[in-house]
Amino acid sequence: MKIRRVLEILSAELITGKDLLDEEIDYGHGSDLMSDVLAFVQNNILLLTGLIHPQVVRTAELLDIKAITIVRGKVPSDELIAMAKSRDIVLISTTHSLFTASGILYKHGLMGEETAHIEI
Amino acid sequence: MKFDYIVEGGEFINAGIASAKLKKVLKQLGIASDIIRKVAISMYEAEINMVIHADGGHIEGEITPEKIEVLLIDKGPGIEDLDLAMTEGYSTASKQAREMGFGAGMGLPNIKRNSDHLNISTKLGVGTTVHISFKIT
Ligand SMILES: Nc1ncnc2c1ncn2[C@@H]1O[C@H](COP(=O)(O)OP(=O)(O)OP(=O)(O)O)[C@@H](O)[C@H]1O
Ligand SMILES: [Mg+2]
Repeated sequence: MKIRRVLEILSAELITGKDLLDEEIDYGHGSDLMSDVLAFVQNNILLLTGLIHPQVVRTAELLDIKAITIVRGKVPSDELIAMAKSRDIVLISTTHSLFTASGILYKHGLMGEETAHIEI
Repeated sequence: MKFDYIVEGGEFINAGIASAKLKKVLKQLGIASDIIRKVAISMYEAEINMVIHADGGHIEGEITPEKIEVLLIDKGPGIEDLDLAMTEGYSTASKQAREMGFGAGMGLPNIKRNSDHLNISTKLGVGTTVHISFKIT
C-alpha cells in the first residue's frame, strides 16, 4: 500500500514527508513499546504508535521504517519532527486510537506481519 | 577498519546515535542489508541498555572482510544475575526508560537472536562489557 493511501483511508494529517507519499509499505505494526518493535518487526512496515518520544524515530531509522502514524491525536515535539524530516521518515497524525486506526487499515487490506514471525 | 563512539549517560534523547552512525558506515562499505539490520538492531539494544541501565560508556569495534566486532563497555552497576537478565521479560528499567518505549526485558534475548556471537562480562559495581560479533561471509 502506498503511504498516500494510508493518509486517505485514515483521513489523517501529514506532518512531514510530502515527497515520500508514493513509497510502498507492506505490513502494519501497532505498538507503544519500542522494545517489541525491535524484537518483532522484520518487514517493511507502517508503524502505528501512541508514543511520541524521539526514540520512536531512532527506532524507525535503525529498522528502515519509512513511515510512522501517530495515533490518538498526540502532538509530537518539534525535535521529533525535525528528526523524522532529516531521516526521510514520513510522519502522519490521526485522531483515531491505535485499535481503530489499525482496524481501518486492516479492513482496507493492510495486514500484520505475523506470518513472517519467527518462533521465539 | 576500527571505530570508536562515546555514549553519553542520561542523554535519553541521544541514545542510539552511535548505532545509527555505524549503520551508515556499513551501508557505505556495501555490507549486505540483512547483516546491517542485525548489527543495527543488536547494537541499538546494547547502546540503549548502556544509557538506561549504566549511565553511558563507550563503544569500540572493528570491521574486517570476515566479520564485524562490537564491544560496548560501561562502568555501570553491573548485572547481578546474567541468566535472569537474559530471560525474556526480565527488566529492572526505570519509569523514564519505560516512557521512552523501553524496559520490556526483550533487549538481551534480541541481541542473542540477531548476533552470531554474544559474550557479556559483568561485575557488580564495576561495569559491563557486551561483546557481539557478526560474520560477513
Ligand atoms: N549495561 C547494563 N548494565 C547494567 N545492567 C544491565 C545492562 N544491560 C542490561 N542490564 C540488566 O539486564 C536486564 C535485561 O536487559 P534487557 O535489555 O533484556 O531488557 P531491558 O533493557 O530491561 O528492556 P528492553 O531491552 O526490552 O527495553 C535489564 O533490565 C538490566 O537489569
Ligand atoms: Mg534493553
